Amino acid sequence: MNRSTLDLWVGLFVTIGIGAILFLALKVGNLTTVGSPAGYRLEANFDNIGGLKLRAPVKAAGVVVGRVEAIKFDAQTYQAVVAMRIDRGYEFTSDTIASILTSGLLGEVYIGLDSGGDTKMLGDGGKIAKTQSGIVLEKLIGQFLINKASEGSAK
Amino acid sequence: MPSTLAAGMGQFLRRVGAGTARFIGRLGFAARFFVAVLAHSPGAFRRIQLTLREIYFSGALSLVIILVSGLFVGMVLALQGYDVLQRYGADESLGVLVALSLVRELGPVVAGLLFASRAGSAMTAEIGLMKATEQLSAMEMMAVDPLARVVAPRFWGGVVSMPLLASLFSTLGIFGAYLVGVKLIDIDAGAFWGNMQAAVDFRQDIVNGIIKSFVFGCAVSLIAVFEGYDANPTAEGVSSATTRTVVESSLAILALDFVLTVFMFRGVGV
Repeated sequence: MNRSTLDLWVGLFVTIGIGAILFLALKVGNLTTVGSPAGYRLEANFDNIGGLKLRAPVKAAGVVVGRVEAIKFDAQTYQAVVAMRIDRGYEFTSDTIASILTSGLLGEVYIGLDSGGDTKMLGDGGKIAKTQSGIVLEKLIGQFLINKASEGSAK
Repeated sequence: MPSTLAAGMGQFLRRVGAGTARFIGRLGFAARFFVAVLAHSPGAFRRIQLTLREIYFSGALSLVIILVSGLFVGMVLALQGYDVLQRYGADESLGVLVALSLVRELGPVVAGLLFASRAGSAMTAEIGLMKATEQLSAMEMMAVDPLARVVAPRFWGGVVSMPLLASLFSTLGIFGAYLVGVKLIDIDAGAFWGNMQAAVDFRQDIVNGIIKSFVFGCAVSLIAVFEGYDANPTAEGVSSATTRTVVESSLAILALDFVLTVFMFRGVGV
């Protein structure tokens, strides 16, 4: 085989191979946010985070506006501290309510943000005061059973 | 009667012992061979043209089988996955299912198996035939080291090709799943890509998949060049060496895959 044709083929092979790795990294793995994490940080305390996980989406009106960055347990208040990174360009009022929601019965757990009417906006490191905990199915079933039992005894 | 039984038993144990000793001896030989190949590698890189030629033979010529199988594996995965997922109303997660199974497991493993049968067997047959026709001895006579001239370039050609082939396999598989899922079944394209991007992590999934394919590339190439170098210099010896290459490298890929998966994905999602 001619040496330059061979070089051409090897070059083509290596190029499309690296192209495939880039495709996997950028299109499949969505590696566009690595490096400097764009956006700003918000924090919220929850009594119970349910099944919330790291990198879970933060949605406002159903649109993804950021991701969960860190989840900690505060030993003083016995609450979960959730740090979110909100994309630049989205701003929320200081009376925003953060609630932990589930898309569908078995779907992913995410944080929903509902803005209020305040004119002051939350900045970097801002704390969301009003929160709503996630629903724990076992507790809900337990409550239902207790209600049923008390109904039965009342009769 | 008991004496013949004892004799038969003794013969059986002797045979097991001899087999074990031979196996361990070959393993030690293969390990020393690996070190020798690594020691002769700088020569293969100094004459880069030799290695490029092997990348061409084991990599570029494997493209067709890798691309076509990747496409079909992705399409079948999408059809079967959709059938199960839609029962739970989770058909939007098809992209996640296909991407994770391809990038983590199927890409490296199936590409590795195809690579072993397409390129590994050719490497063994070539080196074995060179040995059978005394080309390797002739090189030694001319003070050319066959390890540096023949074996090391083939080994490195395989090691370089394998991660690229596995990535191409995964890419084409995801493209095939996109064709079936979005174009044929009509899943929403935004949900297909969006759920995939949310679930696939670069470090955890893609880099681990590439590490896997690199390890498989090393294992398959080493087995292929070793079996070729170690083959009996007869027509029968070369043919049985080629068979051994395919069998041993397939088993090595599957076993290594289990070990690597245990280490890489033990703590997924925690």
